[in-house]
Amino acid sequence: MWRRALDAAAQEHNVNIMPMTLQDKLAILSDAARYDASCASSGTSRRDSRDGKGLGSTEGSGICHAYAPDGRCISLLKILMTNFCIYDCVYCVNRVSSNVPRARFTPEEVVHLTTEFYRRNYIEGLFLSSGIIRSPDKTMEDMVQIARLLREREQFRGYIHLKTIPDAAPELIAQAGLYADRLSVNVELPTDASVAAYAPEKNPATIRDAMGDVKARRLASKDRSHTGKRPARFAPAGQSTQMIVGADGSNDAVILNHSARLYGDFRLKRVYYSAFSPIPDSSARLPLIKPPLMREHRLYQADWLLRFYGFGVDEITGVSAGGNLDLDIDPKLAWALAHRGLFPVDVQRAERETLLRVPGFGTKTVGRILTTRHHRTLRYGDLQRMGAGLKKARPFITLRDWSPGALTDSADLRARFAPSPEQLSLF
Amino acid sequence: MRSIALPRIGTAAAWREAARGLLSAGVRPEDVLWTWDGAAGDLFAEPAAPPAPSPALTVPKAFLEMANRVVWHSDPERFARLYAFLWRVRDDPRLMSARGDAGLERLRTMEKNVNRCAHKMKAFVRFRDLGADGPRRRFAAWFEPTHHTVEPTAPFFTRRFGDMDWVIVTRDVTARFEEGTLSFSEGQSKPDLPEDGAEALWGTYFRNIFNPARVKIGAMTSEMPRKYWKNMPEAQHIPDLIRTAEARARQMQDNAPTLPPLRAAKVTERLRGPGTGSTKA
Repeated sequence: MWRRALDAAAQEHNVNIMPMTLQDKLAILSDAARYDASCASSGTSRRDSRDGKGLGSTEGSGICHAYAPDGRCISLLKILMTNFCIYDCVYCVNRVSSNVPRARFTPEEVVHLTTEFYRRNYIEGLFLSSGIIRSPDKTMEDMVQIARLLREREQFRGYIHLKTIPDAAPELIAQAGLYADRLSVNVELPTDASVAAYAPEKNPATIRDAMGDVKARRLASKDRSHTGKRPARFAPAGQSTQMIVGADGSNDAVILNHSARLYGDFRLKRVYYSAFSPIPDSSARLPLIKPPLMREHRLYQADWLLRFYGFGVDEITGVSAGGNLDLDIDPKLAWALAHRGLFPVDVQRAERETLLRVPGFGTKTVGRILTTRHHRTLRYGDLQRMGAGLKKARPFITLRDWSPGALTDSADLRARFAPSPEQLSLF
Repeated sequence: MRSIALPRIGTAAAWREAARGLLSAGVRPEDVLWTWDGAAGDLFAEPAAPPAPSPALTVPKAFLEMANRVVWHSDPERFARLYAFLWRVRDDPRLMSARGDAGLERLRTMEKNVNRCAHKMKAFVRFRDLGADGPRRRFAAWFEPTHHTVEPTAPFFTRRFGDMDWVIVTRDVTARFEEGTLSFSEGQSKPDLPEDGAEALWGTYFRNIFNPARVKIGAMTSEMPRKYWKNMPEAQHIPDLIRTAEARARQMQDNAPTLPPLRAAKVTERLRGPGTGSTKA
């Protein structure tokens, strides 16, 4: 009898009577972390362990040590410290109202997994996130403790990404940035109203304050003091965030405008887009859908156009219906098709800004065009060798030995690029 | 015909030294026969030490960087192709930045192949723990590179794993790092490495970080070609993950929403104030 009561109590609190093995915990706490898209481990300060007194190195570009069948790179050990959480964010697998099994790593267990995986060359480092337990400060304190153990006791010189807790005390964020290469805090949803509706315990203003705080600390860490001494580097790989796509009703224009603001206001290194994807034990309030992977892909393309190609949000989202990107063709091609009057462009003479707007030309191709055309007249074959996507570019350019003729304005141009309509699948 | 024999270990330095000598002596590319690691050469060629280079010889820096990668390619023609291009680039250094030169293009492709192979080696080598018999821990790996990339890539592992002793065994060359010193020896066949318990943990991680609702097999195999799988402990899980993905994703959608655990209401009430818990909505 007492046994049954104990079992019931354990189930109620999601605590197993049998102690969980490290395997069990790892299964639960990596399962819980898979909805974070970021796995970047690049762009931090250069470090190595040639002195023989530590472990690890970072050399500019990160390394993807494996790929899962979802096509995603596995660069970091991406885990939650715990998936116990007092918040009730509807889209989240770890919300308090979900019945998924719960677990919690001790700091030593995280340190052990990170260093042992690293020594076998499985990973570039650690991406540590966490549910909120007891209080934001307590949670952040434990995460900082893990980073400190790795850096100070283990002399770990690999990559560390900490997901910060927005409401945590500023002193804790200050410490986190000294140990971590990257800090991030997720804005989660594209509008304040959506956050209020789906993540009622989170406060968008607090999230923005946290990002502003990290930005200020990063700037301060780059200033020399009056004695000329440089302060310790603060989150040298910068900060990033993530937005869930397809959980609320926001269209792409809303999402991209939010991204543009984030890049501008907080100098974020990256905004990640995560297609809302089925989770175990989902909430009745948020029916599960097939994750909008193509939409996610188009958003990343548009994000690139904003950051590296001189496009404005309105230009990108203004050419398709309802403020959503065209799913069939990429956003640059969609823009060019809607602005055919500006094409074809003379590759030999056009300005850099104009070349960047040619479909099929990437920033690298444009750079190569600019250096090569100084000393010779470019031909079609040259562009091919430079890596231009000529299938796309052809209708939009002229060269000494190429003119698109009537192609640029032909009525069926879009149809040449868009995939043929898919056969309806049987229901 | 002159025959130049290059060693398997230290190929880059030996090729450069030989090429400098041949160029100084004005030996034309068609008069050189390159052999590597004691491979049978032309019976009629006269084996010769390369002539001493003249100190004044200069070539574009970009050529040296490229040559330092291309020498590790598996193509037996690599040395001859490099020397043939060097012969031309000496008279016309602008050739190095020309786009459209067939000889250069071929070398650039080979350079790319070697770089990719080196990158994949950095990514996919998997060490096993040999246990420590001193203060430094000892690890070993077996790897099968496509090109001769062990020697040029080993320094990366010395920078990364500075506090441990390790050995990377390949059929081609074996790299050994002991007490902070890197050395190379002839390749070996696959050694019997002891089981390592960390591999099961790593497999657990690989299985669980995978999202069954977004299968993109092509994206995986283009970055992690199948030829690498047999030496990666996590790859054994891939077939099963793919086979069960669709059913798992469907299961998540089909499962009826469950009732929140009782504690949820209490926690939410404490956070938001009474009467506002989502369970009551």
